[in-house]
Amino acid sequence: MQQLEIKNLRVAIGENEIIRDLSLSVGLGELHAVMGPNGSGKSTLAKVIAGHPDYKVTSGEVFMDGENLFELEPDERARKGLFLAFQYPSEVPGVTIANFLRAAMQARLPEGEELEATDYYAKLYEKMDLLEIDRSFTSRAVNEGFSGGEKKRCEILQMAMLDPRYAVLDETDSGLDIDALKVVANGVNSLRGPNLGVLLITHYQRLLNYIVPDFVHVMVQGRIVRSGGKELALELEEKGYDLIRDHAEEPVAA
Amino acid sequence: MKTDTSAVNIDRDVGDFHYKVEYGYDAGVGLDERVVNYISDVKQDPDWVREFRLKALQTFESKPLPTHWASKDLEAIDFNKIRYYLAQGQRSTRSWDEVPEDVKRTFERLGIPEQERKFLAGVEAQFDSEAVYSNIKKAVGEQGVIFVGSTEGLKEHPEIFRRWFGKVIPTGDNKFSALNSAVFSGGSFIYVPPGVKVKHPLQAYFRINAENFGQFERTLIICDEGSELTYMEGCTAPKFNTATLHCAVVELIALKGAKLQYITVQNWSPNVFNLVTKRGLAHEESEIKWIDCNIGSRLTMKYPGVVLKGRKSRGEVLSIALANNGQHQDTGAKMIHAADETTSNIISKSISIGTGRATYRGLVHVPKHLKNCKNNTECDALLINSTSRTDTYPAITVRGTGNSVQHEASVSQVSAEQIFYMQQRGLSEAQAMSLSVNGFVNDLVRQFPMEYSVELKRLIELEMEGSVG
Repeated sequence: MQQLEIKNLRVAIGENEIIRDLSLSVGLGELHAVMGPNGSGKSTLAKVIAGHPDYKVTSGEVFMDGENLFELEPDERARKGLFLAFQYPSEVPGVTIANFLRAAMQARLPEGEELEATDYYAKLYEKMDLLEIDRSFTSRAVNEGFSGGEKKRCEILQMAMLDPRYAVLDETDSGLDIDALKVVANGVNSLRGPNLGVLLITHYQRLLNYIVPDFVHVMVQGRIVRSGGKELALELEEKGYDLIRDHAEEPVAA
Repeated sequence: MKTDTSAVNIDRDVGDFHYKVEYGYDAGVGLDERVVNYISDVKQDPDWVREFRLKALQTFESKPLPTHWASKDLEAIDFNKIRYYLAQGQRSTRSWDEVPEDVKRTFERLGIPEQERKFLAGVEAQFDSEAVYSNIKKAVGEQGVIFVGSTEGLKEHPEIFRRWFGKVIPTGDNKFSALNSAVFSGGSFIYVPPGVKVKHPLQAYFRINAENFGQFERTLIICDEGSELTYMEGCTAPKFNTATLHCAVVELIALKGAKLQYITVQNWSPNVFNLVTKRGLAHEESEIKWIDCNIGSRLTMKYPGVVLKGRKSRGEVLSIALANNGQHQDTGAKMIHAADETTSNIISKSISIGTGRATYRGLVHVPKHLKNCKNNTECDALLINSTSRTDTYPAITVRGTGNSVQHEASVSQVSAEQIFYMQQRGLSEAQAMSLSVNGFVNDLVRQFPMEYSVELKRLIELEMEGSVG
């Protein structure tokens, strides 16, 4: 089963149910966009998949290639090939991007095996060239004092280095001007391929002009209310979420 | 890239062992005149030293414990249960082959002879009360550099020793400097002649092997005009259930234009009371720099200082303290400006883990009549758990016009979001913690010699592994 499979997921913070019986599958090689208005639970979905401790899964499961993610710690999920590009990436003061990534890659090696520095830097520079990132960038501390665009670029660089099987990109377009958006989109596009499944979470249609999805899902109030091809994004752009939301108030056809 | 981490062994587990050793000299338990006289007898002290000791004993007895400002934990030290002098012999040798087998294997296990060959200009190894080995490379000796134990120093170089001994830190400076002055044994005496720049560091290694023991080394370093020296000390002890006392006095003198750097990386076991007085006297245009890394111990109280006596002299303290569960690192710095155009710099970083407590105490003094003096103080604390504690007590007195002072302090915490972010990249919680801590000290560690920065990082990792569940 080569897919990231979300099955009947329910998530709450305290008494407040945020995700309500959501199911969705992302096959390897596919790119799915999840769109929805603010407060629809999109970011919660991303964090729950990655294992953020603040959220309580009340029922349902998430499987990655058949393995139940909820039985794994966040770092185990990551090492098995799950990547989350954060909407608001944390700063790691004093730790350079180069050292951070090196530690992350070292953590993926079996005990006793040492990451070869020359191989590591060769790969790092290759990916930086691919993403048009300046060489001096990786000697800066992770996200410390970064602009919005730099943070997103840093996320995409990490994704490129860590070779995930499934990547969840949470609002990767937020806070970006159009030039930065293009750079990030080019980065994501260059990483697409048969060995990567992507779940792209976004509020705006504009990102989908640059990253063309295979499937689009509309998420409202904690559940997927409509799914379709890339044309659904355009429809949404035209009619707005209101129309869909009205639609969502009706019982979802089984 | 493989990094050589064997250079300085301060890994707690590496240090946590002890071999049974036969001691030829033992002053017994407790402290009185008889014990002080015993020490003077076996060391064959000159009369002036014996008198110095006996007077110091009186000072020690008359001074109260500083528990009105310091930790009450000091009261847990039972001075009557400590052994003040334990040694196998009286002379250190210049060859490892001549070091008695039972002592030698301790230092071999700690990797000292190997480090000496690799990157040091000289080594002194102290085992309990006495130095068992001291040697410097021939080329360094030929430049006129003296590097011997304090006993040998005071006997064979009295003209230099006596002139400076106890001048930077008088006996009565505090209760523990008085204690050291009464029963001191071991430690280094170093003299660097004018203009001689010692390229490689000299190192001393202090090893406590016996239980209920007090180690009282006394170090005196004089850098003559225009000379340069880096001195490093490492310390370990095995884990015992009872309290062990380490109570050193270190005096540094930098004459005109000299540069002296003193580096400490200590990794005491959690039963050690580490109460150390360290101070330097900086003459005109000279520079004294303390690099101080405090890891382990039950309670450390240590505030390295510089008296800036000469015009344009410079003093610096860079310190890192890591207080783990049940430990208290009470550390800081003292900068006494006593001449025009003197500058001082204090950078202190502390990390508190679990129920660990880190305290920073800083004293900066610039009197009114001085001109163009500068001090910069930065102290940053990192708290790992909600039970961790940090306190900062800066005492900065700057009088007069034309002097400037800058003080910055910060307290930060490794946030849950930051740990989650790092875990999402594949790091375990402990790895994420230790990388965060290394990031916190990184800008400071970069100023340390390579061998120490590598080892320090490794040691932080070990500490963090044990502290995250």
